[in-house]
Amino acid sequence: MSHYALTLHELAAKLSRREISSVEVTESVFGRIAATDERLHSYLALCRESALQEARQADERLKSGGDCPPLTGVPVALKDIFITRNVPTTCASKILGNFVPPYDGTAVRKIKESGAVILGKTNMDEFAMGSSTENSAFVVTRNPWDTERVPGGSSGGSASAVAADQCIAALGTDTGGSIRQPAACCGIVGLKPTYGRVSRYGVIAFASSLDQVGPMTKDVTDCALMLEAVAGKDPCDSTSVDVPVPAYASQLHGGVKGLRLGMPKEYFIPGIQAEVEKSVKDAIRLLEKNGVEVVEVSLPHSEYAVAVYYIIATAEASSNLARYDGMKYGYRAPAKDLTETYMRTRQEGFGPEVKRRIMLGTYALSAGYYDAYYLKAQKVRTLIKRDFEAAFRKCDVIITPTTPTTAFKIGEKTQDPLQMYLSDIFTISVNLAGLPGLSLPCGFDGNGLPIGMQIIGKHFDEATILRVAYAYEQATEWHKRKPKL
Amino acid sequence: MKITREEVRRVALLARLQLTPEEEELLTGQLDAILSYMETLDRPDTEKVEPLAHAVDLVNAFREDRVVHEPQAEELLANAPAKENSFFKVPKIIE
Amino acid sequence: MAFEPVIGLEVHAQLLTESKIFCGCSTRFGEAPNHNTCPVCMGFPGVLPVLNKKVVEFAIRAGLATHCEIARYSQWARKNYFYPDLPKGYQISQYELPLCRNGFIEIETGGAKKKIRLTRIHMEEDAGKNIHEARGDFSLVDLNRTGVPLVEIVSEPDMRSAEEASAYLKSLRAILQYLEVCDGNMEEGSFRCDANVSVRPAGSSEFGTKVEIKNMNSFKAVEKAIAHEIERQIATLSEGGKLVQETRLWDAEREVTRSMRSKEAAHDYRYFPDPDLLPLVVDDKWIGEIQASLPELPEARKARFIAEYNLPPYDAELLTSRRDVADYFERAVKTHANPKALSNWVMGDLFRVIKERRLDNALRIADWPVPPEYLAAMVKMIDEGKISGKIAKNVFEQMLERSEPPEKIVRDQGLEQVSDVSGIEKAIAEVLTANAQQAADYRAGNEKIFGFLVGQVMKATRGKANPQVVNEVLKKKLETT
Repeated sequence: MSHYALTLHELAAKLSRREISSVEVTESVFGRIAATDERLHSYLALCRESALQEARQADERLKSGGDCPPLTGVPVALKDIFITRNVPTTCASKILGNFVPPYDGTAVRKIKESGAVILGKTNMDEFAMGSSTENSAFVVTRNPWDTERVPGGSSGGSASAVAADQCIAALGTDTGGSIRQPAACCGIVGLKPTYGRVSRYGVIAFASSLDQVGPMTKDVTDCALMLEAVAGKDPCDSTSVDVPVPAYASQLHGGVKGLRLGMPKEYFIPGIQAEVEKSVKDAIRLLEKNGVEVVEVSLPHSEYAVAVYYIIATAEASSNLARYDGMKYGYRAPAKDLTETYMRTRQEGFGPEVKRRIMLGTYALSAGYYDAYYLKAQKVRTLIKRDFEAAFRKCDVIITPTTPTTAFKIGEKTQDPLQMYLSDIFTISVNLAGLPGLSLPCGFDGNGLPIGMQIIGKHFDEATILRVAYAYEQATEWHKRKPKL
Repeated sequence: MKITREEVRRVALLARLQLTPEEEELLTGQLDAILSYMETLDRPDTEKVEPLAHAVDLVNAFREDRVVHEPQAEELLANAPAKENSFFKVPKIIE
Repeated sequence: MAFEPVIGLEVHAQLLTESKIFCGCSTRFGEAPNHNTCPVCMGFPGVLPVLNKKVVEFAIRAGLATHCEIARYSQWARKNYFYPDLPKGYQISQYELPLCRNGFIEIETGGAKKKIRLTRIHMEEDAGKNIHEARGDFSLVDLNRTGVPLVEIVSEPDMRSAEEASAYLKSLRAILQYLEVCDGNMEEGSFRCDANVSVRPAGSSEFGTKVEIKNMNSFKAVEKAIAHEIERQIATLSEGGKLVQETRLWDAEREVTRSMRSKEAAHDYRYFPDPDLLPLVVDDKWIGEIQASLPELPEARKARFIAEYNLPPYDAELLTSRRDVADYFERAVKTHANPKALSNWVMGDLFRVIKERRLDNALRIADWPVPPEYLAAMVKMIDEGKISGKIAKNVFEQMLERSEPPEKIVRDQGLEQVSDVSGIEKAIAEVLTANAQQAADYRAGNEKIFGFLVGQVMKATRGKANPQVVNEVLKKKLETT
């Protein structure tokens, strides 16, 4: 097996036994990228020189023996939403096309401190607004299982890179499903941790009350290792929470006996692709065989989630994106006066979806509409959160499909924003309630496209989610399948 | 109609977006469809429900009043579209 | 028709923290442009604010000192608008749930006391500075001030004249200075004031059309601008004209207000709770601790000075207008209990020196030109007859130069007052001999000449003779010889 195809935990073991070097594996991954990225376009930028430098340092460290941090020498990819000092960070937007940040974000700093080698920055929907990565200002990323299809989004570049072995693991962000949905589309594991679990400092904000950083990996063990590396309270993020970070990877083996698994009836409804529904139900049955108790739960306000989400997320975004005004950094359009400079800069700098959402959010906050839209949405958000609180009194985890369908075709939904928004129907509530949610592969459809299953947990109970996911993964072979490239 | 073209224009000015007439028209239609979809929110009873601004119940995060400063003016100004000495240079502001 | 002005003030006071409200940058004034900045206060992508605890403490101090209710739960909000000095495109402020509400302060004008109610005090971040180049088609932006903490203090429209507005502003400033939360410097912009002015027919309870006045950079400007605006509004209405709700700028040179060109877009700030900052919860314990640490405030201190030191209200007002002056005075009184004499020296000679040396620019005078103990010792020497009032002026000047205790100066230079009769008699005898004609005139009934003779004796003793003793002895000599 080629080095690039290794999982993180396999690689870490080989590195620590010094069976291979970080430079070898990094070279191998760059080779894989060179061979495949012309077709996939997972990456926006590569850091070949600095990565090899970091790999050499990792090898020195490994050679010297002693304690090495857990990701020493492991090549990882970062969604281009992560602020990286001296490495261009565009958020897949023309407005940040020439932006080179003067600082590192917290998750980036932590992953570097864990010893990781940074390969480069992956493609995404502009400002994380989208579910297909078609909204990148630069390039459309392709699904490694079928290059005519989208990899999902907004962390589509990271998902595609992991699925195609163009990295060992990656970081993404998830505001309404942007880790889990592309993970499902690309047949990998993706976790959105509890809101507050990972610092948002240095992550370009889309919707501040919903954004969360998470791992995108080849299997559940890798996911646990990556989460350990980035989780924890950060004094730079007031909304990060001071809850101890468990050693997730060492708690995977506890089994699932006695756990109660909730099946929300509102998530198994007409309109879902039949193969998706069947795969998820099969998965639940398998877990039942392994000792979980399945209970039906109800999340009655789920039907409002998309509406609530698109008001809150766009309102916050309209404010978060006001800083891109052509004054301090980024693109500035030539214009005759100040107002025109603002208007043209933002007109030319933002793509259509971003403008659409800024418009929607601005409208929802504007005088006379605030109560009818924003305040109303915040109230229904309370109801959605309460639904989950009630459900979690009956169960330990909730299982749903991650997406209603497998990956759709490029261009299929670009003309109808509302249809695109509805592809996040199963993931959005989790962000609104601030809960952790993980997607892992649970089958393939007739076209050979991966199907994802979502496991939702209680606040800060990522450990239980990972345990269930691990038990399922151990009993199946889905995660071992690779796309033919 | 949930939103008129006139309102689209007003919102675009608030958001500082110079829309083309075609974009105005397209957005009026799309926003109207999206806002109509939002009407579903009129169904649940929210009379006595508190709005939720934060997903996790937390209060009070403070830092101490200490100067922590890494001098980096040059680096911070490096991305400026235009600058003069160590000022940002911007189109003339008329009050 | 008679009109009644209605005035409300909005004050922005910079808080005297070391670091900014949401990042670790220094609040120091006068650095090179954009050097007191970091990614956070410059609004770089990905940054997040973290609240400086001191800011909350200072705002609570201000709230308690102005009799406000302190909200146990308050919230941060974003105020959205585009301007080059606002790097995030929004200002972090408080909107629906401010920290302090429903307070008041007391003012006194023309001997009458009045309560001015405060609507609210909330915390927010300051913006940067735009510099408008006269030539060229560009402006320059310095973000050093961005993120300096402010409190905005909003009054009810309770003032009825420019004098009341000025008195309110002065009281408010004195309170903030006493609390040591703001240095109150209007010229440098750390204490800024906007006024809402309207007029209405006397006796009416409805409000007239409100005009906001900005750009008033001194107390004098506030008084003049408001007085001018009242006149303008009355004149307009009297001529049958109509007022428009607008913002006007005070032009200090021409002493007029002029209309600001209306902004291109109507204001719609789209306030909403800031998701990056947590709700602020203040408990009774914290409030209690802050309450306990509050100093005696100007009003209370003034009243006490009148009662305890028997000072005239004028003296008490002046001495308590600054906390450091009042402290100085009380230290002096502790050393020597002659409050009125000390008050005269402080208000006279000491204030003159403070003005000359511009020491009052600082919130707190650290190095007094003359320590209070020295001043008190000097007054004590006067009271004990050791030096005359005239010599004391000399001693005071020397204390300024040398910062030595008055006893030493008097001793070293032999400035003690001569009170022993024998020495004075000797001098008188000499004077009477030298001025025999004048002595004869006096005896002949020209009493006016007495003063001249006293002067001659004082001259002969180089001012050190006790004038009272001189008077007595000279009179006796002239009458008995």
